[in-house]
Amino acid sequence: MIATARAILRKDLLLEWRTKESVPAMTLFTLTVYVLFHFGLDRDALDGALASGVLWVTLLLASVIGVSRLFGAEREQGGIVGLLLAPVDRTALWVAKAAGLFLMLVLVELVAIPAFGLLLLGPGLGGALPELLAILVLGNLGIAAVGALVAALAAETRAHELIVPLLLLPLLVPVLISCAQATEPLLRQDAAAEELGRWLALLSLYDVVFVLLSVAVFDFLLED
Amino acid sequence: MPALPLDEAGKYVAGAYLVFLTLIVVYVAIIAAKVARIDRELTRLAEEDE
Amino acid sequence: MYSKGLVPLAVASVVTIAAAMALIFFYAPLDADQGFIQKIFYVHVPMAIVALGGFVAGGIMAIKHLRSGDRSWDLRSYVAIHMSIILGVGVLITGAIWAKASWGHWWVWDEPVLVSFLVVFLLYCVYYPLRFSIEDPERQARYSSVFAIAAGAFVPLNFMAVRLAEAYTHPRVLSQTGGSLPGDMRLTFLVSIVAMTLLFVTLWKLELTAKHASLALKKLKRRLDARVAA
Repeated sequence: MIATARAILRKDLLLEWRTKESVPAMTLFTLTVYVLFHFGLDRDALDGALASGVLWVTLLLASVIGVSRLFGAEREQGGIVGLLLAPVDRTALWVAKAAGLFLMLVLVELVAIPAFGLLLLGPGLGGALPELLAILVLGNLGIAAVGALVAALAAETRAHELIVPLLLLPLLVPVLISCAQATEPLLRQDAAAEELGRWLALLSLYDVVFVLLSVAVFDFLLED
Repeated sequence: MPALPLDEAGKYVAGAYLVFLTLIVVYVAIIAAKVARIDRELTRLAEEDE
Repeated sequence: MYSKGLVPLAVASVVTIAAAMALIFFYAPLDADQGFIQKIFYVHVPMAIVALGGFVAGGIMAIKHLRSGDRSWDLRSYVAIHMSIILGVGVLITGAIWAKASWGHWWVWDEPVLVSFLVVFLLYCVYYPLRFSIEDPERQARYSSVFAIAAGAFVPLNFMAVRLAEAYTHPRVLSQTGGSLPGDMRLTFLVSIVAMTLLFVTLWKLELTAKHASLALKKLKRRLDARVAA
């Protein structure tokens, strides 16, 4: 199963590398949204809860784009049927897609987080970094797991660009709450982690539940 | 939270219970319409079959 | 087959609802802080609890559907979710009425149950467009079940997250929804929940019966049409 997943992942990454569509678009999107927030909130510098909220809402909205496109290649070229004809474990497909989404999010955040520090953040990012990394890893895992599931759920529907954001965003509310609450004290003037363990624990619980659920349920999707 | 005088409070409470009642009645009405349609269809089919 | 036990259930519902109403308005004492407004609590909170229970039950029925392949479980799941959404509308409206009467605003973010309910409600509203945008009936049932399971697992997680978050912004000085209720209020509250649950199950069976009859009728029509054509 791992070998299959790796093969599918390599194909997806290769495709993204050649076309360079999703990651640049998602990154550009986050930068644009920062500008929107600057004008919308009429603020030059954010800190604390406001900064945390703006950062995470932006990342969440960018992830919607990634999720929408997750099965795009298969859909356009009828590739799903091809994958299904092969004796492939559906779970491998989920692993590949979730891993791909996770990697895309990491790449986007490599630019988006420093950009946030430059453009909108009042206090510096430096003090926050190690804790922020932990939050990002667990948060991205949740987004990737749920994102792959939602992408598959919406893949065969007629109105999938509408369904994806409507399904994904409510499902990610616990991730948003945990990440925003955990990040908030890190982005204050006197940055220090507060209650970090509690939010990381909730994030971990969420991740475990949705990884297990997706693995259990994915076989029933994309079946024909 | 100061308690509203009974006549004012009464309106809100009545409103809430009214919402509840209305939901039930509207729901039952919709099911009733569905059952009526089924009944009509069945009668029509029975007649056609004769 | 769905209508088995429907009449006794209906009778039980009526009796329990009447009992609950009597308790609410003649037995339960007036709340010290909120006064008469607090009576809304006996219809708003049971509705919320039963609706959330309905969503989770819909998820469990969806699991049964996927494991057995028996489409009747999908029908049961669909009706449970459908009814919980309708109840959900009631929860949000009565919640708004309560908020307006208690705090002067039509919406407050203080109540974690109400806030997490809003998120759950928004999620489940997508059930309809998802379901009805899939044409093939077998696939429609399968995908709906996957959604029902994911959303059902989401309900407790979401409540936990919202509850934790609100604990920081809005410290819960007064436990509005349960917590430490005096004995007579607790009894009234429990009877209200039982009444609401019985009502939900009765209406659920009723809609299932109607839906099943409608489906059976369609099948019959097709058979008769085929016979006429032959």
